[in-house]
Formats: sequence, C-alpha cells, structure tokens
Amino acid sequence: MSDTIHTSVDAKGLSCPMPIVKTAQAVKAVPAGELIEVLATDPGSVKDFAAWTRSTGNTIVEQTEDDGVFRFVIKRA
Amino acid sequence: MDDKPLAIVLFSGTDDKLNVAAVMASGAAALGRPVHIFLQYWGLDAFRADRIKNDHGLVAEAGAEGKAAVDALRAEGQAPWYETLAMAKELGGVEIQACSLSMDILRITEEDLDPLVDGTEGVTAFYLAAGDAQMLFI
Repeated sequence: MSDTIHTSVDAKGLSCPMPIVKTAQAVKAVPAGELIEVLATDPGSVKDFAAWTRSTGNTIVEQTEDDGVFRFVIKRA
Repeated sequence: MDDKPLAIVLFSGTDDKLNVAAVMASGAAALGRPVHIFLQYWGLDAFRADRIKNDHGLVAEAGAEGKAAVDALRAEGQAPWYETLAMAKELGGVEIQACSLSMDILRITEEDLDPLVDGTEGVTAFYLAAGDAQMLFI
C-alpha cells in the first residue's frame, strides 16, 4: 500500500446519495490497497461513508472535518 | 458485501417521487446490490423519451413552499432524477423494465421510451426477477 492519494473525489455541494455514488464509481478504477480521498458537505455523509465502507469492505483510514467540509481517506479493499 | 436485491415498483410520476426512487436505487447500487425497477402508470409516463426532461411537478402536499425548496436545491446544482438513475446504471446491476399493462394503457411502445428503460415485462416476470428482493412501492 502506498500512502499517497491515488484518486480524489470532490463531492462538495452534492446532496445524498451523490457523494457515495460518485465514490462507488471512482473506486472501480482504483487498485486494491490504494487510497481514495473524498470531500463532501452533505451532513449525512459521515454515517453514509461508515455504512458504505462497512458493507463494501473498504476502510476509512482518516476522517476530518474543516468548516463544514468532511474529508474521508478510504483504503480500497 | 451486502447484496440483497432491491425491487422498486415506480408508480408515481411527479419529480419528487421520481427523485426518491432514483436516490433509493443509486444508494443500493453503490452498495453493490442488484436493483430492479418496474415502471407503472405515471412512473412509466415520465420515462417517455420526449417528456423525460419535462417539469413533472410535485405531489400536492408540497405546496408553494415545498416547490420553492425543491427549485432552490435544483438551482444549487442537484442532479435531476434521470441523471441520478443514469449514474446508478453506470455503477451496474440496475435494470429498468416497463410494465406491459401500463404500456397498453398509455398506448406507447418501447420506441417511445427513453433508453434508460431496458425493456418491457409483465407482472409475473417482475415477480420472478425480483425473487426475495426487498420491495418498495413509490
């Protein structure tokens, strides 16, 4: 696993479920073990990304919030 | 992977209900769940190729205030329901079928429908395809 971001998904300003849908689309092109960064402002995204990663086997390795913008770093299963 | 299939009977043809169906379908598709959408009556009417991008209105309880809220979200760039559905189909595992009875009622053929629709089936084929899927009626 490399610790650089392989793919970044900017989902700021998008309503549910677009942050998850765009991320699900993006991870298809990401090799296993690589990192995906997602930026989202949808307040539901914290619980949604927790549920989505649990269900798909991907892992959230970093999660921060800055001024209403949630940033998730997800390791591709 | 949570792969329990989802079946949606989409009867309603207003933009709010169409959007809810698109949200439920794309959320399930993002989890890798197969989704089968069965279009009936006004839900099917909204998928006519020459009308799909029209303003389909909202349910009566939306009122003027609800319409303003939905319009504001759209102005902020929220994708219309048919684009959300197109993205769900790109994720894979999403099939959209027209109810053959509704096709007869509306007097339309498959050529009249948007390419988002994969084909036509009767209720028996729908039940068989849905199997033990979780089912929503919208």
